Amino acid sequence: MDRTDPAAWRRDFPALASPVHGRRLAYLDSASTSLKPQAVIDAVVRVFTHQAGNVHRGVHALSEAATEAFDAARDDIARFIGARSEDIVLTRGTTESINLVAHSWGRAHVGPGDAVIATALEHHSNLVPWQVLCAERGASLRIAPIDDRGRIDLAALAGLLDGRARLVAVSQLSNVVGTIAPIAEIAALAHAAGAIVVVDGAQAVAHLPVDVEALGCDFYAFSGHKLFAPTGTGVLWGRPALLAAMPAWQTGGEMVASVDLDRARLREPPHRFEAGTPNIAGVIGLGAAVRYLATIDRAAAARHEARLHARLRDALAAADRVRVLGAPEAAVVAFTVAGAHPHDVATIVDREGVAIRSGHHCAEPLHHRLGADASARASLALYSDDADIDALIAALARVREVFP
Amino acid sequence: MTERTRSDTDELYQATIVDHDRAPRNAGPLPDATHHATVDNPLCGDVVTIHAQLVDGVVRDLRFEGRGCALSQAAASIMTTLVRDRSVDESRRLAAAFERFIQAAPDAAIPEDLGELRAFAGVRRFRSRRVCAMLAFRALLRALDLAAS
Repeated sequence: MDRTDPAAWRRDFPALASPVHGRRLAYLDSASTSLKPQAVIDAVVRVFTHQAGNVHRGVHALSEAATEAFDAARDDIARFIGARSEDIVLTRGTTESINLVAHSWGRAHVGPGDAVIATALEHHSNLVPWQVLCAERGASLRIAPIDDRGRIDLAALAGLLDGRARLVAVSQLSNVVGTIAPIAEIAALAHAAGAIVVVDGAQAVAHLPVDVEALGCDFYAFSGHKLFAPTGTGVLWGRPALLAAMPAWQTGGEMVASVDLDRARLREPPHRFEAGTPNIAGVIGLGAAVRYLATIDRAAAARHEARLHARLRDALAAADRVRVLGAPEAAVVAFTVAGAHPHDVATIVDREGVAIRSGHHCAEPLHHRLGADASARASLALYSDDADIDALIAALARVREVFP
Repeated sequence: MTERTRSDTDELYQATIVDHDRAPRNAGPLPDATHHATVDNPLCGDVVTIHAQLVDGVVRDLRFEGRGCALSQAAASIMTTLVRDRSVDESRRLAAAFERFIQAAPDAAIPEDLGELRAFAGVRRFRSRRVCAMLAFRALLRALDLAAS
């Protein structure tokens, strides 16, 4: 099924039908968390009504129903990013996925005198784990600079790859400036210098086609909740050879093959990295989300989002007293309004029915680089429409009225 | 509904608040300060630093530095005008009274003795913004606690 009508996609998301403060909801905060389609909501409800058992444990009917749905979800989630089921670890989200790499791969491969490279664009979740790892291991953290548009300076990055650098951490789509990183190019540079590449795909996965093999990276992390699925779900894809050689990071049930009182034999990946009862309903919900996306013509969705994004960016850039941060290429536009703090902007437009994010969006160093303490951010999803953008632009007039 | 939300916003950003945000009173360093405290809101990055000069249990002078939203900065500005020359105990009581005021139901009576802080009546309808209004008082209380210890 290839559904091509954005207005029909919009009707799949029941949260959009409820007014906010008596207004039509203009939800422009999908980069923070996406709304959920009815198909995902139904799948989660079905778990608790008909598949309520634990997975991979019982032989009774409910456990088998849960296990079947859970394993099918893993297969569909893996296929969604062009991966094999056994090469994706199910996590709580991007943050946990990156922490897994830092704890397991990082502690085994980053030592005194080594270096880790992160870009100046990174979300705290793709920065702080590397700061902690480097401090612990006596390694240094190097930051690949960006230009004023929010693009990574590849020449400078290449200069940081001096043979001591073990790893490059980079987000595929910036959650603030909305720039798209050339992952394949970065991976080629890194690999030539003996470093691996960890990609934060939290923003990208809902907007760009993701094929981990084509990207050429070594780890790819993303969250379910920005991809129309429940919170508390996430994925870490890793190259099979890397995953196979990595030690466990959390231990307990589910991840062991056999246990004696004094030692345990660990299972192969991905189970080695999935200790404890998983987020069963969440994972099945994430499976339903990628199946939902399979019903949509993704090329049509990409065109729809690209057109709206250009309109959003241009309308904001043209708005009185508004400054757009960087040169956004997809999904998000961060901006400031002269004379009004971003929190006040977000509060005022909320009362007009417009949901946007304000603050530093977990990217404090990037804001300092761009010369702003904080910003407001409008972000899109496939269910966004022109009326959402119109509502934001109209609400900004109200901001200028309150803060003349 | 439209009128209701308009008045919510107007009630929140009363002229007093916008004015103190634009032209903060007692902003800047205080060379004679005896006590300092900084409080930030890690969720949003707002920050207020209080410089207080305490003499014999009285706040003789008070200045603040900070950055953030209109609510956090206006509250800091108004607070400095009210706390100067109050005793430490009176200052603590004012902080407690202000907190009770902004935590109260949106339609509750506005206490008479809060001076320009009464302009924060509107924040009672904006649950997530109460923390902004309290930031400066939290910094003041921390400075006073340091004085006590």
